[in-house]
Amino acid sequence: MKIIVAIKQVPERDAQIRIGGSGKWIEESDLQYALNESDAYALEEALQLKEKHGGEVVVLSAGPERVGQTIREALAKGADRAIQIECDDVAARDALGVARLLAEAVKPEAADLLLTGLQSEDLGLGQTGVILAELLGLPHASLILHVEKTDAGLTVKRELEEGWFQSTELPMPAVLTIQSGGNKLRYATLMGIKRAKTKEVRRVTASELGVNAMPVVQLEQVTMPKKQKSTQILSGSPKEAAAALVEKLKFEARIL
Amino acid sequence: MSGILVIVEQRAGRIARISLEAIAAAQRLGKQVDFPVTAAIVGSETESLAKEAAAQPVSKVVRVEHPLLARYTSDGFTLALQQLIQSESPAYVVFPHTYQVRDYAPALAARLGRVLISDVVAIEGGPVFTRQLMQGRLNGNYRSTGGGPCFVSVQAGAFRAEAAGTAAAALSTFTPTIDAAQIRTKPGEPFRGSSQTVDLGSAQLIVSVGRGIKEAENIPMIQELATALGAELAASRPICDNGWLPMERQVGSSGQTVSPKLYLAVGISGAIQHLVGMKGSQCVVAINKDADAPIFEIADYGIVGDLFDVVPALTEAVKAAKQ
Repeated sequence: MKIIVAIKQVPERDAQIRIGGSGKWIEESDLQYALNESDAYALEEALQLKEKHGGEVVVLSAGPERVGQTIREALAKGADRAIQIECDDVAARDALGVARLLAEAVKPEAADLLLTGLQSEDLGLGQTGVILAELLGLPHASLILHVEKTDAGLTVKRELEEGWFQSTELPMPAVLTIQSGGNKLRYATLMGIKRAKTKEVRRVTASELGVNAMPVVQLEQVTMPKKQKSTQILSGSPKEAAAALVEKLKFEARIL
Repeated sequence: MSGILVIVEQRAGRIARISLEAIAAAQRLGKQVDFPVTAAIVGSETESLAKEAAAQPVSKVVRVEHPLLARYTSDGFTLALQQLIQSESPAYVVFPHTYQVRDYAPALAARLGRVLISDVVAIEGGPVFTRQLMQGRLNGNYRSTGGGPCFVSVQAGAFRAEAAGTAAAALSTFTPTIDAAQIRTKPGEPFRGSSQTVDLGSAQLIVSVGRGIKEAENIPMIQELATALGAELAASRPICDNGWLPMERQVGSSGQTVSPKLYLAVGISGAIQHLVGMKGSQCVVAINKDADAPIFEIADYGIVGDLFDVVPALTEAVKAAKQ
């Protein structure tokens, strides 16, 4: 089974967010980056499917030079090779524009299965996988926690809202967007990190893929959110703050 | 191209609350751009839902009816709504941002060369659509460009649903052309996860723990605080994903929705998926080392500090206060 996993490099979760000079995006210069969490689960699912059924796991990512670091991490965890779409203006493209890049890059691969995380931690659009399926003319299922290969194709466990689930069957090739928590994530081993250095990374540019950057929706401005409640911040040492909180809960909120 | 189409979903045979909110958002947008609102209900037996929708502030209700739409599939809904949109040619299509919408609306928009502006929290003049970025730490203002309908999905709780009126909107039925062979996925009957023995929904006091706890070994410290308060222990998704607490203790869009008197969030940054599950709490207390964490945007009381110092101190203070 040939599995392609589309992954995204995103700012680290507890990164300090500052608005950039243009007011259209965040200041990127001093950010640290990491692999998007649900994409890590998509990679894990792919590696486990390969371990069970054999085949190949190819990671795919679009973005500037720095994306190479995240690709190496995925290779160190066990992916066999990678496709890196070099694209410096990926942040200015909309979900359809990014999915078009991914679709063009994977077409020649004729994969059996394409996986991606259900949502990115930076833009949070949650659309790339579903649009990718549409562009490739493939069936898809989203919010997937478990994947089983059957004779007819796939049986997947979908997460619905409020603790409900659903089992869905679909033929291959297919696109799945993976929810976090379905598997336990592995760490890269020292051997894996060493091997990753020799694995193939095929680089292709956005213009080579023939995808223009004209967006349909535009992010015009970013702003810091306004507070919805006026929070009373209780300061002092941990002991003082704790005592102040108990006072407030007892006499002001009347909960204790 | 004119008019606003709003897609309405049901829950337990009634219009779901988030769909009423989507109607309210469509209304708001309609007033801005001076377009009437049409509600569409997709399914196979939509008569009673259509009647319920007709009492909402909409000028038309369309039942998109087909036996192959009895059970949701992305293929079926995409085909049906693509045909409806081509026939109605609305300027805007508004959805509730549900798991179902997330599964097909991006494909539907892409099929028409458009992009869904997903999970919108506000609509301002222009129209400009605001959505949250960076896990709720940043807002982004989006505008749709070029021709073709603008697709928008609205976040649960972001727009206030209006009370149903008595005005009866005109009802019509639209029959899409769908062939069984076009539906490629075979969905099973929805089922509940593990039997739920913890009912967080009725808890009065909840202590909830998030990623800030770092390791499973540190959970007992939070349990101790919960015990001192007489509170139920809950968690955000990553804690349950890691198996540190059972899934049934998860609060958020994929877990339980709670509205206790006190919700004490420890080491929870407050991503929207978590906030939707606990926004209704009477009093929210947040303990977090990051003063910019979104949880502080909805907290009544906050302590900015290292939870490993604050929680033991708080446990002691609660015990002392109860003596």
